[in-house]
Amino acid sequence: MLTEALTTSALLFVIGTFGVLVRRNAIIMFLCIELQLNAVNLALVAFSRYVGVEGQVFVFFVMTVAAAEAAVGLAIIISIFRHYRTVNVDNFNLLKW
Amino acid sequence: MDLGNVASLSLFYPEIVLAGTILVLTILDLVVANKRAMAYLGLAGCLVALGATVDLYGTEPTLLFHRMVALDNFSLFFKVVTLAALVGAIWMSIGSGEVRQVHLGEYYIVLLTCGFGMFFMASANNLLMAYLGLELVSLTSYILTGMLPHNRRSAEAALKYLIYGGVASGTMIYGMSWVFGMAGSLDYATINAAMAEGGGNQIALFMAFVFILAGFGYKMAFAPFHMWSPDVYQGAPTPFTGFLSVASNAAGVAILIRFFYPAVSTLGQEGAWAFQALPALQWTDLLVALSIITMTWGNLSALNQRNVKRLLAYSGIAHAGYIMMGLVVLNNDGLNAMLFYVVVYLIMNLGAFLVVMIVANATGREDMDAYRGLAWRGAAFPAVCMMVFLASLTGLPPMAGFIGKLLLVAAIIEGQFYVLAVVAMINTVVSLYYYWRIVKTMFLDEPAPEDGPVAATASAMPLLGALMVLTIVLGVYWAPLLDYTTGSLGFFMP
Repeated sequence: MLTEALTTSALLFVIGTFGVLVRRNAIIMFLCIELQLNAVNLALVAFSRYVGVEGQVFVFFVMTVAAAEAAVGLAIIISIFRHYRTVNVDNFNLLKW
Repeated sequence: MDLGNVASLSLFYPEIVLAGTILVLTILDLVVANKRAMAYLGLAGCLVALGATVDLYGTEPTLLFHRMVALDNFSLFFKVVTLAALVGAIWMSIGSGEVRQVHLGEYYIVLLTCGFGMFFMASANNLLMAYLGLELVSLTSYILTGMLPHNRRSAEAALKYLIYGGVASGTMIYGMSWVFGMAGSLDYATINAAMAEGGGNQIALFMAFVFILAGFGYKMAFAPFHMWSPDVYQGAPTPFTGFLSVASNAAGVAILIRFFYPAVSTLGQEGAWAFQALPALQWTDLLVALSIITMTWGNLSALNQRNVKRLLAYSGIAHAGYIMMGLVVLNNDGLNAMLFYVVVYLIMNLGAFLVVMIVANATGREDMDAYRGLAWRGAAFPAVCMMVFLASLTGLPPMAGFIGKLLLVAAIIEGQFYVLAVVAMINTVVSLYYYWRIVKTMFLDEPAPEDGPVAATASAMPLLGALMVLTIVLGVYWAPLLDYTTGSLGFFMP
């Protein structure tokens, strides 16, 4: 049971990481980060079934922080949309080298 | 000692003062029209908290709040560093023209909250607390970076910071979840006991440590997790950039040392640490490689920068590489040199950003051309100070930076990491080029006709003078600081 849960979690994590690397839409990239966090939650819950309840407590904090991060993140995305009229990160090229 | 929730409060007063200041500022922001007064109140709160932290120094190491937070000389040292950086940043903000455009009330509240998060990064004794402290710092940093209104650079920097930061912290907690699974607990003491027994699967543990290192390394800005730093430094308001460059680095060092030393290593004879979690894998080789890549990458990228803030960002990456050198030797000499360098870096880098701010106030520019003939355009004192800071960043005697680098290199030569020492020396020579190009621009280049006089921001002068004097004094009389850092290596041992 643990193996299946950890494999799923690793898969989710890889999809999330890969998504951030290849997608160019800021909101999709942001969703992929949330996917990473959910992979972590799954791993923590799976482990805590075997080693103790602390992992489940951690999950609650991760979810709360993810919500806070979404609030800040979407605010930043809105503010950058006002400047560029797009959320495609390829267009944000004011800061480079 | 291991205290419960209520009993802990009596040893928690620096944090209570800081949190109280934040709450009072939040309420005052709603009722007071004169937002400039809030800066002075924030400054006063920081100074009171600084006094309280110094007062607590030397207390018997104690675990607070059911083993969540460690109170020991090590955490108190980093709290002092954070508060010093906060005081410097607020002082800079008072004189900064950039900060005047933002909503001042919110700015100071979020800045203080960022410092508050660093307190927990320095003192976390549990992976959960480490994560929460790090996220508190990250979230507030995103907000402060994107705070400049109607400014494309600021918004773009905030978005990039958010994406990199999100990925780094996601990676870090994925590693933490594996450590939790293998050690059976989030508490550092239990993790230590589990590691002493051999931990678990070596490959899995190695991966987990690399993931955690990525999260901490992103705070310290070392390669390959440094990509955010030049963009964020350039886009953020200058006083916050100064704060971020020194305090975020210091907090990253603190959380890294506390996890990789007291939590997963064991202190042996004469200050040598045994990293027993990975007997089969060469952990130090990885750290040596990271350190070499970081300092070389940072210095080479800085070579042809035209924007001074961006140049200082790459120099900050190089300095993260130098600080990393203290980690590889796995003994207290290395850690001591790291702590010493953190303080020295705080003083000289804050000073350099202060000069950047003064020039930006007068000219509205941050590129190298704005510095042409600075010394002959009415800003001789800032120019001389900048030269002192840059000499110190290069590591020239008799500046404080020289002593810091000397201690680090001495530690690694004693640990017989000769290649690393040679690379560090070569890097110092490389950095000489770009630091002294600024000095040359300031003193030897003729001002162009269109370059107007630079009016030095009056309120920043006392801070600038103090930082310059400290840079020189610590270069010739460093014993008190060294005693302080040696005393600060008192960890709460699990």
